[in-house]
Amino acid sequence: MFENLSERLERSFKILKGQGTITEINVAETLKDVRKALLDADVNYKVAKTFTDDVKAKALGMNVLNAIKPNELMVKIVHDELARLMGGTHEDINLKGSPAVILMSGLQGSGKTTFSGKLANMLKHKRGKNPLLVACDVYRPAAIDQLKVVGEQINVPVYSEPDSKNPIKIAENAIKQAKRNGHDLVIIDTAGRLAIDEQMMAEIAAIKDAVKPQEILFVVDAMTGQDAVNTAKEFNERLNFDGVVLTKLDGDTRGGAALSIRTVVDKPIKFIGTGEKMEAIDLFHPERMADRILGMGDIVSLVERAQEQYDEEEARKISKKIAKNQFDFNDFMSQIQQIKKMGNIKDLASMIPGVGKMMKNVDLDDNSFVGVESIIQSMTPAERANPQLINGSRKNRIAKGCGRSVPEINRLLKQFSDMQKMMRAMQNQSNPLRMMRKKQSRR
Amino acid sequence: MGILSFFQKDKKETLDQGLAKTKESVFGKLARAVVGKSKVDDEVLDRLEEVLITSDVGVETTLRIIERIEQRVARDKYVGTDELNKVLKEEVLSLLTEDNAENPSDYSAELPSSPYVIMVVGVNGVGKTTTIGKLAYQFKKSGKSVYLGAADTFRAAAVEQLVAWGERVGVPVIKQKMGADPASVAFDTLTSAKTNNADVVIIDTAGRLHNKVNLMNELTKIKNVMRKVVPTAPNEVLLVLDGSTGQNAFEQAKQFTKATDVSALAITKLDGTAKGGVVLGISDQFKIPVKYIGLGEGVEDLQVFDRKEFINSLLD
Ligand SMILES: Nc1nc2c(ncn2[C@@H]2O[C@H](COP(=O)(O)OP(=O)(O)OP(=O)(O)O)[C@@H](O)[C@H]2O)c(=O)[nH]1
Ligand SMILES: Nc1nc2c(ncn2[C@@H]2O[C@H](COP(=O)(O)OP(=O)(O)OP(=O)(O)O)[C@@H](O)[C@H]2O)c(=O)[nH]1
Ligand SMILES: [Mg+2]
Ligand SMILES: [Mg+2]
Repeated sequence: MFENLSERLERSFKILKGQGTITEINVAETLKDVRKALLDADVNYKVAKTFTDDVKAKALGMNVLNAIKPNELMVKIVHDELARLMGGTHEDINLKGSPAVILMSGLQGSGKTTFSGKLANMLKHKRGKNPLLVACDVYRPAAIDQLKVVGEQINVPVYSEPDSKNPIKIAENAIKQAKRNGHDLVIIDTAGRLAIDEQMMAEIAAIKDAVKPQEILFVVDAMTGQDAVNTAKEFNERLNFDGVVLTKLDGDTRGGAALSIRTVVDKPIKFIGTGEKMEAIDLFHPERMADRILGMGDIVSLVERAQEQYDEEEARKISKKIAKNQFDFNDFMSQIQQIKKMGNIKDLASMIPGVGKMMKNVDLDDNSFVGVESIIQSMTPAERANPQLINGSRKNRIAKGCGRSVPEINRLLKQFSDMQKMMRAMQNQSNPLRMMRKKQSRR
Repeated sequence: MGILSFFQKDKKETLDQGLAKTKESVFGKLARAVVGKSKVDDEVLDRLEEVLITSDVGVETTLRIIERIEQRVARDKYVGTDELNKVLKEEVLSLLTEDNAENPSDYSAELPSSPYVIMVVGVNGVGKTTTIGKLAYQFKKSGKSVYLGAADTFRAAAVEQLVAWGERVGVPVIKQKMGADPASVAFDTLTSAKTNNADVVIIDTAGRLHNKVNLMNELTKIKNVMRKVVPTAPNEVLLVLDGSTGQNAFEQAKQFTKATDVSALAITKLDGTAKGGVVLGISDQFKIPVKYIGLGEGVEDLQVFDRKEFINSLLD
């Protein structure tokens, strides 16, 4: 019941395997499973219905014409249909206007405040913007403090009026302040609100009227169930928002809400949130998301993100060292730092096809390095460069230095030597990422 | 059965029409279709299926409920309207685990030990801190002394948020700096509470996604450390679920139960349009009772869970 959608579909396609053509009967069997999988993934009931209807129509129309195996054909049809539902190609955020104003909206706890920080941080670094964050949540206890802490973390100023209870005025004043101080981007964080809360919905509509934002974003928790459609519809009717942000995708939710929302409001999903840290933000690419849902791996995103954060020079050095069998603890430490910069590693790894499934139960949290780092830090420079030096008495010293046990040190040494072996083995193969890319373009 | 018969039908209404359709009473329709028959119409079961699934009950649990109703109707033959209502409600009710008397949800009831320690856990943003504020208010109102522990030392201004609730309700909050060891905060809180003979201690924890193994292990550590002060702690592990969460709540319940032996559930944000139906399957499978529901952001917006009321709101 709770396997993920891609596993689910994989299995349902197996039923089709070995059957030469797509007939009314075998397509019905498969689509029943597809529909069940979609519902388990929290795709809205009606959306799932429409989806399977469309896929059925397409599949039946195609059977006589094609010689490929039915299961391959079905993968393609389901994939294309998923991608179509989630909507076309990537749509960028509108930053015209001086300053450009972005207004956040959404239910309580969906991730607006965190995302405001992430977006400010991203636009600051990638687009050279000079953002101002605005604290318009005058209700939630310590909401202003929260945005201020976020602002400090990313070094972006926050405009707030701690004594005011009027978010409309605060927003207006913030724009004036932004103009005075030369900010070209204003991001307004608002309180969470229910779509049926008339007073609060009127309030955010009034903020919209007052500041005329270039971009209104609807922030939604990826774990949301069937109600996602109702909420998205209400917010859209009220605000006519420009894009959707899907948060908490670092969890194991199948994220059917993405499909549902895109279908009912016809607005693009522009960003995703993949962690609590400020760097855990990504663009939304429907094609890739469909690939990801189907377990094909989100290669392009991974490569782009890795390239951006990864110091190429450093990587080349390490690669040479691996080839020469000189990879030591200093290199290992610097790799850990690199990976930490890239954000959640489990999330990064899960984008590699095949790895996703493997990593599901592997403990790879951001904190998983803490112990390792402290052990390495307790080694002498000579030990770091020549791990084979580490004998029993050195192990005891290291253990004392970092407060870990000797078995823990042994485990790390064992893992390290396994890793050295694996790295050499991997270098001898061709690049798995490249292989995957080719496979994708063949489709 | 619904999911099976679905493929034979070609009626395709637009999404908007479908969503806008006013919800007819499930009972009414169900009743009309079975009175005087020994078999329930597919049409009607489809409708029931739709109601249950759009309430986030989930496919598996929905199919189980429908199956049981079919069996009852086939066995008892010729059921009348009233009986049918009863059957449906009974079947759904039987899924919801009853609250156990040892850990009463009634705030004024005498607590089995002192200080009675409640640890609150859940994924990010579900309403843990808010629920703690509301619980503290209720316990205090019924004459109990309450200590809160700010063991979310990770999220921006999480400590300040709990402190604000403490001030609002008038109960002390034990805290350390942001980034401090949460287990150490819990330890401090229990120590203070014990010294001051407090009746209830509620520990706030940082939101964490259940698939992050290290963060889940951290909860176990917090639990173990608390035992050093109060051997029976935590007396209650309250898992907070967001009422608008879909099937993922199931996995949340599973993983949090594995890490911390969850003993009760709180479902928040039921003042919205989401129904929280996933809790039927959760309560049934893990045998954990729902104790509280959150119905707003105010200090009084917490209710002791009432199974019958919940079912009425789910099905009407
Ligand atoms: N794991 C994970 N957690 C997230 C993500 N985005 C936000 N969070 C967490 O979700 C919780 C709620 O986030 P907030 O940013 O406070 O949400 P909000 O929408 O501003 O909440 P309100 O202002 O109360 O409506 C916090 O614990 C965040 O750290 C994400 O992409 N992944
Ligand atoms: N409408 C409504 N909002 C609620 C309810 N309970 C909590 N909230 C709101 O949901 C948002 C998140 O609540 P918090 O109590 O901060 O959630 P949390 O689980 O402590 O969040 P993290 O610590 O960041 O993981 C806040 O805006 C709350 O006001 C409820 O029952 N109904
Ligand atoms: Mg907020
Ligand atoms: Mg909290």
